[in-house]
Parts: sequence; structure tokens; C-alpha cells
Amino acid sequence: MDKTIRFKLNGREVAVETSPERMLLWVLRTDLEHTGTKYGCGEGFCGACTVLVDARPERSCQFPLAGAEGKSVLTIEGLSRGGKLHPLQQAFADLGALQCGYCTPGMILMAYALLLRKPDPTEAEIADALEGNLCRCGSYNRIIAAVRQASQALKMKVVDREAL
Amino acid sequence: MKPSDLDKLKVKPRIKDDEYTMFGPERRAGRMNLERREFLKLAGGGLVVFFTAGEALEGQIGGARGADGGYPDDPNAYLKVGPDGRVTCFTGKIEMGQGIITSLAMMLAEEIDVPLASVDMVMGDTALCPYDAGTFGSRSTKYFGPPLRQAAAEARGVLVRLASSRLGTAEEGLATKDGAVYALETPSKKVSYADLVGGRRIEVRLENKPPIKAIAKHTVSGRPTPRSDARAKVTGEAKFAGDIRYPGLLYAAILRPPAHGAKLKSADTSAAERFAGARVLRDGDLIAVLHEKPDLAAEALTLVRAEFEPSPSKLDNETIFAHLKEVPANSDVVVESGTLDEGAKLAVKNVERSYFAHYVAHAPSEPHTAVVRIEGDKAEVWASTQSPFRARQEVAKTLDLPVENVRVRTPFVGCGFGGKNQGGQIVEAARLAKLGGRPVQVAWTRQEEFFNDTFRPAATYDIRSGLDASNKIVLWDYKNYQAGSRSSQPVYDIPHKRVLSFGGGFGGGGVAVHPFGTGAWRGPGSNTNIFATECHIDIMAQEAGMDPLAFRLANLADARMKKVVAAAAGQFGRTFARAPSGRGYGIAITDYLGSYVAAMAEVEVDRARGAVRVLRVVCAQDMGECINPDGARMQIEGCVTMGLGYCLTEEIRFKDGRVLTENYDSYEVPRFSWLPRIEVVLVDNPDLAPQGCGEPAVTVMGAVIANAIHDAIGVRLFTLPMTPARIRAALASRA
Repeated sequence: MDKTIRFKLNGREVAVETSPERMLLWVLRTDLEHTGTKYGCGEGFCGACTVLVDARPERSCQFPLAGAEGKSVLTIEGLSRGGKLHPLQQAFADLGALQCGYCTPGMILMAYALLLRKPDPTEAEIADALEGNLCRCGSYNRIIAAVRQASQALKMKVVDREAL
Repeated sequence: MKPSDLDKLKVKPRIKDDEYTMFGPERRAGRMNLERREFLKLAGGGLVVFFTAGEALEGQIGGARGADGGYPDDPNAYLKVGPDGRVTCFTGKIEMGQGIITSLAMMLAEEIDVPLASVDMVMGDTALCPYDAGTFGSRSTKYFGPPLRQAAAEARGVLVRLASSRLGTAEEGLATKDGAVYALETPSKKVSYADLVGGRRIEVRLENKPPIKAIAKHTVSGRPTPRSDARAKVTGEAKFAGDIRYPGLLYAAILRPPAHGAKLKSADTSAAERFAGARVLRDGDLIAVLHEKPDLAAEALTLVRAEFEPSPSKLDNETIFAHLKEVPANSDVVVESGTLDEGAKLAVKNVERSYFAHYVAHAPSEPHTAVVRIEGDKAEVWASTQSPFRARQEVAKTLDLPVENVRVRTPFVGCGFGGKNQGGQIVEAARLAKLGGRPVQVAWTRQEEFFNDTFRPAATYDIRSGLDASNKIVLWDYKNYQAGSRSSQPVYDIPHKRVLSFGGGFGGGGVAVHPFGTGAWRGPGSNTNIFATECHIDIMAQEAGMDPLAFRLANLADARMKKVVAAAAGQFGRTFARAPSGRGYGIAITDYLGSYVAAMAEVEVDRARGAVRVLRVVCAQDMGECINPDGARMQIEGCVTMGLGYCLTEEIRFKDGRVLTENYDSYEVPRFSWLPRIEVVLVDNPDLAPQGCGEPAVTVMGAVIANAIHDAIGVRLFTLPMTPARIRAALASRA
């Protein structure tokens, strides 16, 4: 049974009329044409579809649309401000923490959730937090360095939580 | 996305139809076929330099082959200087993470003398780019780079000639820099490429091909350079095939058999047909549900009730190796010198062993995806493919269209590793688009990806070798079954050797050999040939009573390889001892199609669990002239990381035609917690033309880890992957 589901997508109110049982991934990609969020495995094993729902990282391929109702959803498209890259995005680009780029949106959002929770993570804490996100190209070493660099860049912004 | 937006998909979209200025269509009508006009329309206006008056564009750009099926001679096939002075590179190669979107642009920018940021890349578009057999084999820089450079040098020569008449200065007195030609004596006297080009068509004949720049003069090429696609990829703007939208697009979910070779007996699609918004299409064995939402197509597909015959295959992981040796196969002599009999006579110590490698999956981050739109007698395809020109042929055949009526375009590709040489999803999308009368996307699920993939073939190896009294290798009798011949010739100096390769290798073999599709997997053939070869070398070192580094150096004659080994050893900074030393050090080397690699690793093994922890990998590589050192490092780091998977865990489990590994829970790929310290050493060798970089380092990983495991625990693993269960079993059988 279709229903109108309202939530905030990257800060903007959206309303979707569809079945609330559908997974958020497909609603984002198809109904809302936000294709930055990727399908990787469909079972929550790879993390390519990670988005934030009220600041919590969720596997959008396993997350029913109903769960987003009234909440704030952040996808990769919502990270840069006025054309300026978020420090995480900047660090991924600067350090070459990506190759094919398919896992990158999920990887960045998972790292974003980590920095919200732990602004100054060690390399081991980064690796642990991102363990469920797979990068077949094998950029793990550079991703860890990029998250570290971003965390330091954010720290220099006088712990501006809003910047996250 | 609207179709009018489709041209904006590239990283720096500059090609717009409205820039198109047709040049002299009346005059040239007789010489230009429709495809040529179409090219010019699509590629936009600006300078298309006619190098030889009249003929330059004929049969060259727009997907035509060069005279020998290789690359065309005509520089126009490769690049265009736009009216704004920007330079567009056309290449049939595709970007799947390997980084040529940056390194090819660097080669072009260097040679034509424009800033790197002034180069736009158009990749894998069959309507715009010169024919290309496909992006595989670490061949892009090696084989596409040189003609691109030559084309750029010629274009620069043309611009200098144009500037000469504009500035009234002899060509010898002119130089180029930053997209302008200037007078050497009066640098302020200059004219930009944009001004030279304007919106006009210019014909120039160069008498001689200008030489390309000396490496010593390079300012772009050879410098570590960030990926040009990074911004698009960190913002989510980068488009992959599954992100392409057409009005009226339908998403397909396709009925798959439960096992390979299982034929469809019957299907009841009535419940699926009643699913709101679903359309069921059937074309022989192809049964698909189409829907405007991909997830709802998949849901409706679950309502299809189908029965299949059992698969005729009776093979599984336990029986496959015996089968591979028994199945009739032709043998190729890869290399033969001296005689095996003579070698055997000289040998005082002999080593004879067999090695085994299981099937592995490509598991690309992005599953195979394609979108096909048919309009009248034309078809447009967007596909995640390594072979857009092959895809064009296949779609043309499927739709019974002339090949020039099919345009295949390749957006960013989310990994390939050889798996996307095959484009089964493209043909499926074409069939369904034709049948359904609407644009169709086929995007394989992860489970379909594991089922339809063309796996690295399982293979076995028999090696018999001998050492003389001075510990020189004098005999090498090597046979591989179904692996493929690549990198099976030993790099060592061996007087009496023969290497035989049985079967189709990664080129295939068919259902009589393998229960499912097989194909090239990053460093095809090599990664398992090197596993067998370099493990065997280690065993011989042990027999010789030597440490594995000294033994290798003593048996190498190739000075270039010795230099690479020394570079790795210098970085590794540990002293090797006769194995097993208990310290967990390993070494492996290879010559992968001209790129030399030496890897050294340190591991620790949890004997109780059989678990291997790779602590450190040093990888030295000589790939000749290196275009983008940072890109090369990324590839090598990626090879090391990905290579740990086929070493330690990756194995397709199968039985009676069924693929039992269906997702990442049962097929374990490397993840963050596996990450060793990776140290890359780029061995400078600018005098050698650029070789490949995307694959070489992955090919040593099996052996370097196997040798390190043996050094750690004194037990040798002869089968890839070296899973905890196999390590525990090997430890138990020794005890």
C-alpha cells in the first residue's frame, strides 16, 4: 500500500509516495534520482549503500523507507557546501583514497559517522569503524590516511560540529 | 537524467552539439560518409587539423580500425583542439579505477604543451573514439600511449606551422608552452592555440612526423599527479552505468537457473504478471520482469514459478583438479631450450611437486550493468564494460542492426579486473529493450554477479626441476593445465627447460572443461603460474641449503631483474636465511609482460587457528618510463591488497553446477583489518618505454605469502587459497 513518506534529504524536505516497505537505497536512486548512493551487495555486507539517518550510518539496501519518516537523511550529494568539498571529500581526493570510486560514497559516509562520534580517531579505530566497508581496488591504506587527515583538518576548525 | 544531459557525464564536459561548426560540407560531401559527419557533429567544432589535405578523416576516427586492426595512423583519431584551446583526447580505453584518465591526459598534455587541466578525456565511446580491442592486460599506457604521444606531437607541429605564418617567424624560431606558440627571441610575441584554431577548419600538411619530446624535458609526465576524476568520485557526481536514466526506463530482473547447465523445463509467470506495474517478457530461455522501480522488478520476479532440469555437471571443489588433468587438451610449447634429458643428467638434486589453484571471482565493486535504448534503427548503450567495441558488435548482432547504428558509451566503470571483458548483461538489456519497446537497464545483483562471472580458471601445475652440484638450476620441466601460458616462462637462467601449457587457459575451455564461464582475472595466468614457479624456486633454495634471496640472485642472469630484487631487498632491510627460519619472510619475483616486480613479505601465523596475518609487504617494480608515479603507487598498493584475497580466502565453492558462494558472507575479500604495511619502491628506468602497471604486482602475491608462511611455520601450502583449514591440515599432516 502506497503512502506519503516525508523526510529531510540533505537538509531539504522531500515527500515520496510509494510503499514504505521499499528499501531506502532504491527510493533514493530511482524515485529521488540521487544516484551517488550505490548498490553493492544487497545484503548489507559491503557498505557501498551507506547513508546517515539522523546521524547514524545505515545500510540503505536494508533500511525500509518507513524508518526514514520524519528523519534527516544525509547522502554523498549533501556533503559539500556551496561547491566546497567537505574535509573528508577533500582528503580522499588529495590522498588518492579511491580508484574506481564505486565504494567511495559509502566509505566517506561511514567515516563521517565515525568522526561525529569520535573526532580524533587513531588509525586502528578508523580501520575498525570501516571494517564492514569493502574496497575491491584496495585503497584501504589511503582511506585510513585520508580519514586521519580530515579529522585533523576538522579539529583545526575549532571543533566546529556544524562543519561535520 | 535527461538525454540532453548525457553528454555532461564526463569529468570535464566540454562537448556540446551547439559548438558544432560544420566545415565545408558541400565541398567534402563526396568524401565524407555519414559516420564521419556524425562524428564531427558529436565531437563539436574547433580545429580538426587536416594533416594530409583531404584524406585525414577518412575511415579513421569514429570507431574505425587502423590498417592492421591496431591503432590508426591519423592524429585526428586521437585528439581535437577546440576553439577555446582545450584539447580533447579520444580513446577507446575505459576508466575502471586504473587511472589512465589521468595518465593518458598527462601524456597528451606533455606532448602538445597545454596545462593538464586543459585536457578533456572522452573514453570508451564507440562513436567518437578510435577502435580499441579492450582495456585489459596492462596495455593502455604501453600500446595506446605511444600513438597518442605521436598524434600530440604532430598536432603541436601543425600549431607551430600555423603560428609561423601568423607571427611571421620561422618555425625554427618558435616554441610552445601552456597552450600557446611563442617566438624564442621575443617571448611576448605569441599566439594561443585558441586564437590559432578559432572556429575554422584548417588543412596543413606536415612533411615529416615531428619527434616526440625527450623525457628530460618533461614537466607534466613523470610527476606524481592526483587523479583527475577524484572530485567527481568523492561528490557522487561520477556516473556509472546504473546511474544513467532515460525517460521511460524500465529495470529488468532476470530469471536465473539454479545451476549452470540447468535447462528451463517450465515457468509460470502469471503471479508476476499480476504484480502492479510489472511486465513479464519472455524470449526463449530469457524470462524477465520489467518495472519502473528496480526493487519492485526484483520482488515481482520472486513470484515466477520455474522448474529446471538438473545440471549435467557433477564437479565440485574436491574433484575439479583431477578432472582438469584428465580432460583432453592441446598443449602449447611456451618455451624450450636445451634438452630435458641433458638437464636430468646434470642434476644432482631433484624437486618434483604439483600445485593447485581454485576458481576465483572478480567481485567488482560495481556489478555488471547496462542500459540500452533503441530508437528506430539505432541503439544507444551505456555499459560497465572493458570492451565497448566488442559490445557494439554484440548488440548490433543481437538487434540485427548495422554496427555503425549502435553507439556504446562507457561511463566510469566500478572495477573490471578482466571480468568486464565479457558483457552478457549488455546483450540481455538489448534483447529486453527490443522486446519491451522501452529503454531497459539490466544490473546484475551481487548473487547474479557471482553466478554469471567468468572466473579465473582453476588450474594445476606439475614442476620437475634439478640442481647441479654448484646449486645452479639445470633442469626445468613445467606443465600447467588450464591456467594459461602468461608468465610461465621462468625468469631464471636455466640451460635445459621446457614449459608446456595445456588447455584453453583464461581464454576459455568450454563446458567440457569448466562447469561455468572462465576468463581473464587481473594478471591472468600469471598470478597462478608465478605461485607455482616461485614456490618451487623456494623449495629448490631450501634443497640447495641457501637462503631464498641468494639462491634467486645466483640463478638470475638478467641485470634489470637483479636491480629490482636488490631494490626490494634494500627496502625490506632484513637478512634472509635458509627457510624455514621461523621469522615469516617471503620473496617472489616476476616479469609480467615487460614489467619487473620483486616482492618481499613478512607474516605471522596463528598455528592453532591456521590464520595468517600479513604484517608487511615491500614491492619494487620497474615498469620502464613511469608516467604518473602516484598512480603507479596506487595500482601497486591495490595489487598487494587485492592479491591477499586470492592468497588467503577467495575460492568459488561449487557443486553440480551450482555456485555456492553467492555474496561476501561466503566469499571473503580483503578488508581493513587485513591491511599490512605496504611499501612501494618504483625502480627508475626511463630509458625503457612505458610498460604496464595495473596488474604486475598482483601476480607475485600468492607466492610471496606462501613462501613467507613456509618460512614462519615450516609447512608449505601447495593450493591457493591458503585458508586456515588448509594451513591447519598441513600442520596436522606434518605432525
